[in-house]
Formats: sequence, structure tokens, C-alpha cells
Amino acid sequence: MSLKRPAKDQPEDFKFNSSSLDAANKIISRYPNGKQQSAVMALLYLAQKQNNNWIPLAAMKYIAKFLNMPYIKVYEVATFYSMFNLSPVGKYFIQVCTTTPCMIRGASKLVEACKEKISENESELSPDKNCSWMEVECLGACVTAPMMQINDDYYEDLDKEKTLEILNKILNDESPKPGSYRGRINNEPENGRKTLMELKNA
Amino acid sequence: MLKDQDRIFQNLYNDLGSDLTSSQKRGDWVNTKEITEKGRDWIINEIKNSQLRGRGGAGFPTGLKWSFAPKEVGSRPHYLVINGDESEPGTCKDRDILRFEPHKLIEGCLIASYAIQAHVCYIYIRGEYFVDGQKLQAAIDEAYEKKLIGKNAAGTGWDLDIYIHYGAGAYICGEETALLESIEGNKGQPRLKPPFPALIGLYGCPTIINNVETIAVVPTILRRGGKWFASLGREKNTGTKIFCISGNVNNPCNVEEEMNISLKELIEVHAGGVIGGWDNLQAVIPGGSSMPLIPKEKCETLTMDFDSLAAEKSGLGTAGVVVINKDQDIIKCMARIARFYKHESCGQCTPCREGSGWMWRMLERMAKGEASKDEIDMLGDVTKQIEGHTICAFGEGSSWPVQGLLRHFKDEIKKRNNFDPIVKETQNIPYLVDQHLLDNNA
Repeated sequence: MSLKRPAKDQPEDFKFNSSSLDAANKIISRYPNGKQQSAVMALLYLAQKQNNNWIPLAAMKYIAKFLNMPYIKVYEVATFYSMFNLSPVGKYFIQVCTTTPCMIRGASKLVEACKEKISENESELSPDKNCSWMEVECLGACVTAPMMQINDDYYEDLDKEKTLEILNKILNDESPKPGSYRGRINNEPENGRKTLMELKNA
Repeated sequence: MLKDQDRIFQNLYNDLGSDLTSSQKRGDWVNTKEITEKGRDWIINEIKNSQLRGRGGAGFPTGLKWSFAPKEVGSRPHYLVINGDESEPGTCKDRDILRFEPHKLIEGCLIASYAIQAHVCYIYIRGEYFVDGQKLQAAIDEAYEKKLIGKNAAGTGWDLDIYIHYGAGAYICGEETALLESIEGNKGQPRLKPPFPALIGLYGCPTIINNVETIAVVPTILRRGGKWFASLGREKNTGTKIFCISGNVNNPCNVEEEMNISLKELIEVHAGGVIGGWDNLQAVIPGGSSMPLIPKEKCETLTMDFDSLAAEKSGLGTAGVVVINKDQDIIKCMARIARFYKHESCGQCTPCREGSGWMWRMLERMAKGEASKDEIDMLGDVTKQIEGHTICAFGEGSSWPVQGLLRHFKDEIKKRNNFDPIVKETQNIPYLVDQHLLDNNA
């Protein structure tokens, strides 16, 4: 189990803005009548998106009222799942996968790069308060290891130089191109594949 | 090697585009109506004949699972839930189906929903695959627009709604009952079975849960016939499977191959060989991190299917092949996997919650050579105390890789951790009530 604590400085109030409200009502309509509690994870995502990538306690209370469920159950869900950030993270939130398949292909070099460029410790904001990074468990792109995720996008087939390159771009507020950084197409083998040849040449 | 025309996922590398028009060119949605007109029993029977086994890890026969759904819809509606919470280290096959073959999945959802009489289907995707989920959502919207799903889906007379539900980074939600808890808006802690979800599942209603890959191969099986599928591979381990080959190989890749393919062919032909040559191979994890590793000697002749790997005390799992060569420290690799399980344990059952952290700490010390001799046996004992004493299979998943390490690399651990324990005197341990059970199992 992983330990998660809410941030010390909490905003007083939280309310969905009109676009979040529309999205929330749409999401609730996907579930049967009376089962609106199912929408809690999706609504926490909405709150996270609206509030600079983290969820304050006020948002959990708001969602509990919104879905007519006990506050503690929302709190329980928010603390259980690792993708809900309970304290502020950077505008660019970098997650480096260091589980075994990435580890044996050199994920520690990516961590080094993050330490050099962003901050000495994980979950710590960079000097310009724009980025933060953390080590995470398997992100499900093992074939293109080592890799990292920045906000929603996957950056794959990395090494230290390429990571530094991406981080430099992000620190300059540019958005680097997601995908493989060794120029391969999706999850096909490099250096000549042996299957589906006709399609490739078609 | 499997012939190209027998590959189900023609667009695995996205050569052809994933939109509806190009999917239809590949044969999706062509005669969905005719398939459903043959009736529920025919569909379930054909899947039974194909001997398709679930692709999510446990390998349960899919036709059999579908036949568990009640024959008549009572007061409670039926649900179909698709498990796309792919989080097993070493596995990334479902992601490619979600982004490149979404219409195979959606059509499979329609046929499966028809067979088990469900009008609502939830696809549970792990939160990290947000971008890939958006691509699936675009395909679902396209299908709604062309009336392939929704009211009178694809002219079959069956109504079906498909919704995506995103997870939020919990490995345990890949366990089917934890996944249901998660959809219901609770934290993902598995339920006791029985009752099985086929009778009491989502919202207490009959629910069938299948992996993404299982459902995505269904339309092709029904089109080409269960016999065709059963002719690939071998008895009870039929068909094709997407293998994910990662780790220390020259060209890590996803590839669809026949079941029962030899591991050596998979690595040498498709993945370009082990880095440093075949002799540099140390061990292979054959089916995602929760399956015990297999040392090099056995890799020479190993074939990849459910039963032959079970005979080697391992398993096919999700077919995520992680290759580890001799440049890696095997104990460290396993310690990292133990850390993964320590992080992902849901905390419901004590043996798993406490044991997974215990195993991790011991393995970390063993990797550094700071453990004493008798801790090696203690580690084995801890794994035995977790295995079989938890609500879900996570207990097995976390202890099997450690057991695999102890089975094949005990000498390596002993060599590195060679000092005597601090407390040396032999203790007089009183006889436990269940001592005879321990003696029998040892």
C-alpha cells in the first residue's frame, strides 16, 4: 500500500465551473438511476483538472454533496487511487516508470535526468514552480521501455540525453512530441519486422 | 511462424488506420447481423468449440464463462464489463487494441452482449491510458453515428450502450471483483467469491467480465469458425495471442503469434535476440511479473502456452515476456517486482498487506548481501504464508515471483548472503497445532 496525505494548505472553497458541471452531469447519466456514486472517480478527475492538477479537501466535500454520498467515501476513493494528487504538483507532472522491465533498460538514467533538471527529491516543485516529477509503478508501455509520462502523454524509448532534451523543452514551456524517441512506429520491432510484411509495403 | 492471413490483429502496428472505414475493409462489422441471427446458443457453442481461453491471465474458457450467465433475464438486468486495466509489468497488448483495433473490440462487445443478453457494457480502462481511451471513445462515437451500436445496433434488433470508465492507477482493479467495486464508486478491494459475478456482479446483477483481447478476437472466430481457431496452437491451448517481448532483447516488440510457439523463436526471430547473444541470457519471466521466472537452461525447449508453462511451475499469464540477461542483477530485479507488489497491495487482507512489504525489505537486503543465511528459508516461509491466504489472487501473484527466484537462484542468494544470524543458539520451539501441515507441505 502507498501512503498519501492531503496538503497542509487547503483552499476554503471549491465549486465546479460550468464546463465541469456539464461534463459531470453527462458522466452521471451513464450509470443507472440511483447509482450516481459510480461517477465519483470521473468527478474527481474533473476536479483535479479544474484545480491545477490536484484535489483539495473542499472538492471532495463538494463532490460528496453533488453525488449524495458520505464525504468519507469520497475521501477513501481519493486516497486509495494513486492518480489522484492530494497536494499541488507542477503544471507539467512527470511520472517516470521504474518497474523491472523499465529498470533493466535503464530507467535510473531518467530519474537522474529529472533530479538534475527539476528537483533533487521527487514530488518537489522545480525552482520555477512549473514542474514536478515522481517515480511510479508500471505504466504499461514495457515494450518501449524506458519511458515516462508527462500529463497525459507517453514519451517512449528514452535515454538520458533524450530525457534531458524533453525536460529542457518543458522548462521552456514548449510541448515536445509524444511517442517513441527512437523513431520506431508504435510497438513494431525495429530493424525489420518479420510479420504483416505485405501491409508495410502496401 | 504464423501465416499473415491467420493474424487476427492486422492493424497491430497501425499500418492501415483505426477508423471505421479502414476497419470495415479489414472485415469488421461486415456481417454482424448474420452472426447474431444464428442465435445465442450457436455463438456460445462456437466459442466453446474454438476452445478460446481468457487472455487476461487466468486462462478460463470463455465459452464456459458466458454459459454461466442466466438464460432468462429476470428482474435484474445483465451487464458486460470489459477489463482494460492492463497494469501487469511486462504487458502492453491491450493498449494497442484500444488505439489501433477499437472496432474489433466494439463489435466483440456487441456480439458478447447479445450472447449474454446485456444492454449495457462498461469498458474499464486504466487511467494512465487516457489518450488511448480517447481514441476508443472516438471509435465508439463513430459507431453510434453509423448506428452500429445504440438502438437496434447494426440492424440486429439488439440495443446496446457502451461506456468507458477510467481507473486511476490501481493495479488491483485488474482483479475482476475489485474492478466491479471500482465501477460502483468504491475503493478497489476484491470481493469474496462465491457468489461469482456471473450471478451477482455489478450493482448485484449478473455480470460477465472479459479481457479486452478476449472480446476483440470473438468476431473473427465467429466469422472464420471455431474450427479454424482450434486448428492453431494445440489442444486446449488454441488460437493466436499477442506476445509482448520486453527487457534485454535487441528489438523489443509486440507480436501476434500462434499459441505453443517456442520461446526461443519468439526471442530470436521477432525480438532480434538477447542483447549479448543467447548465451548471455539469464532468465525469462514468461507471463508478466506475477509468473515465476524460468532459468536459461529451460528456455531452450520451452513452448509458450498455458499448460506447458504450468508444467514448468510458471504460467502464461498475460504473455508479457520479460527477458533478463546476465548483465542484470537477478535479485535486484525481483526486489523491484516485490516493491511493485508492496505498492499495489490493496490492504484488505493482512497476509498480503504485511507480507508484500516484508518480502520487499528482505529482498532488498539480500540484493545488497546484508541478509543472514537463515533468512533465505524465512523468505520462502513468508511466501507460503501469503499464498492461498488472501481473498484474491494477488497473494499468489506477489509470492510466486519470489518463489521462482528461490527455486532457481537460491545458490546465488546464498553466495551473496553468507553470514550467520546474530542470535545463534537453537531455540526450543514448541510444537504448533498445525505443525503436521507444514511438515507435509515442506
